[in-house]
Amino acid sequence: MAAQVDTSPAGAAAKPRAAWHRRLKQVLPTSDPFAVAGILIYVVFILVAIFADQLATHDPMEILFTDTYKLARSLPPGPDHLLGTTNVGRDIYSQLIYGTRGALLIGFAAAAAVVAVGTLVGLVSGYLGGWVDNVLMRLADIALGIPFLPFVVVLAAFLRPSMWNVVFAITILLWPNSGRVIRSQVLSVRERAFVEAAVVTGASKAQILFVHIAPNVLPLSFLYGSIAVGWAILTEASISFLGFGPSDTVTWGYMLQDAYASQALSRGHYNWFVPPGVCIILVVLAGFFITRGYEEILFPKLRR
Amino acid sequence: MEYIARRVLYTLFVLWAVASILFLMFRLMPGDPRAAFIDNTFTAEQQQLLLVQFGLDQPLYVQYGKYMVNLVQGDLGMSFIYKRPVVEMVMEVLPNSLVLTLTSLIIAYAFGMVAGAFLARMRGTWVEGVTIPVVLATRAAPEFWLGMVFLAIFSFSLGWFPAGGASSAGITYDSFWQQLVSPDYWRHLALPVITLTLYLQGLPLLLMRSNMLEVMEDEFVTMARMKGLSEWSIVMRHAARNALLPVATAFALGVGFSISGNVVIETVFSWPGIGRLLVTAVSSSDYPLAQGAFLFITVVFVVANLIADMLYAVLDPRVSHGSAG
Repeated sequence: MAAQVDTSPAGAAAKPRAAWHRRLKQVLPTSDPFAVAGILIYVVFILVAIFADQLATHDPMEILFTDTYKLARSLPPGPDHLLGTTNVGRDIYSQLIYGTRGALLIGFAAAAAVVAVGTLVGLVSGYLGGWVDNVLMRLADIALGIPFLPFVVVLAAFLRPSMWNVVFAITILLWPNSGRVIRSQVLSVRERAFVEAAVVTGASKAQILFVHIAPNVLPLSFLYGSIAVGWAILTEASISFLGFGPSDTVTWGYMLQDAYASQALSRGHYNWFVPPGVCIILVVLAGFFITRGYEEILFPKLRR
Repeated sequence: MEYIARRVLYTLFVLWAVASILFLMFRLMPGDPRAAFIDNTFTAEQQQLLLVQFGLDQPLYVQYGKYMVNLVQGDLGMSFIYKRPVVEMVMEVLPNSLVLTLTSLIIAYAFGMVAGAFLARMRGTWVEGVTIPVVLATRAAPEFWLGMVFLAIFSFSLGWFPAGGASSAGITYDSFWQQLVSPDYWRHLALPVITLTLYLQGLPLLLMRSNMLEVMEDEFVTMARMKGLSEWSIVMRHAARNALLPVATAFALGVGFSISGNVVIETVFSWPGIGRLLVTAVSSSDYPLAQGAFLFITVVFVVANLIADMLYAVLDPRVSHGSAG
């Protein structure tokens, strides 16, 4: 599992900043056409999330009326309502726009948390070893032995539905994947000459860990981060669909749940439940593509 | 042998940890667990009686001890709402979940392996360029959304399949086997299975494809070529056999992951399985039932992982058992 990431570590001990700089260049995989497509999809969705206020035509939760003061229920797509309205007269297009913001917020927050915890645990566990390593890895075993979605359901009910609780649930179950791989990477990096050199020059443990070793696991962290974004968005959608999602935010999962519960399926309101699903597919697919790009940087042997 | 013993011990450790976490979570749930169950019209004595009945009047460590003892004896308590033993209720729906999961997995893996081997042969052609993104998209789509689209098209619009449940109104079965051979049951099962299969086939397909590509470059394949064996013989008798190994492991893992992921599929299709039981129990604050359903899912999940580990060790003699932690 331990991939040899660094090929020229000679100067790293002398110029630790250079090591960080070099790693940061690998943050975005731009050599693979699929990865570039994935990044472009992300850029579009991020722009939509940022400019949601400008792009939306209506308040997503407002119950709308037609010019003749009738409830604007179940309208087909048209110039006034780009994707039509829901059965209680809410604008679907505006919900989709604001749902992008909710989904990306949850996706990125969860990915950042998963990567932060996983990287920290991997670094500490791999570098310190001993009982610390033992305890952390047994915790990882337990977390990996818990069925994912059922646990998120129970936890969401336990903690009351909110966006941050969904992020929390995803974090405590997904950190072991990145934590384990980063740990094994640290195990191999810490045996290398430049770490030994740093020890000889009298660098402190913290310095060695965060200045000399950490840059070498950064690409791995980003690989797991790109996987976690998609997972988080899918999980949020599933949880919302089951009725345990955040009640304070409009997300794609909320839209699908609303459509399902309002008989949009039997009434054939495809304009209601197809767009959110397509958005989820696009974002998760973009995550897959970017992941592929990282894998090509990290494990060039896999290139096929 | 020592390796297997250690894996079993470790599985028991994980199960114990999960059971303990569950115990704590359900005792610490916000609001009183009794709130959902006890009616306002109950008198104080009646309430107290019920507390005693469920053992909720005792200190936490006594409750924990009893919980563990009961668990080991296979007693998961009574459902707050249905007032029936949890084990009985779980056992009633577990077969439905297993039928759904195993049928889908078997079809998905059979299809995935053949299609994966085929795609490996198509390497570098336009077929590959079109197929791979499509396969990835089926893995990126939320299962329940696929289910919703299929329901709208095939059930509500075309009327080919029933819209949910496991049997038509008025049909009852004397035994599980009678149900299993009933055409009505399979008509209800069809759409959930199609949805789940579509979602699951991507993994074995992509695995098989990359394994085949890797194996076909191995020395023993070159050797077989030099011996003048036919391409068919090389692919089927030499390469495919070796490429199957990770797919077999993935299948065992897949049983665990699907059972745990089934909560959404079963909810979309109102399929009376263990995942839907969990969701309804959690929504209605039926804690003993939710706890029991969750524990059963965990057991299936952890045991499937254990089997996958052992399968891997048995199938691949290169796996070192000595240093595995």
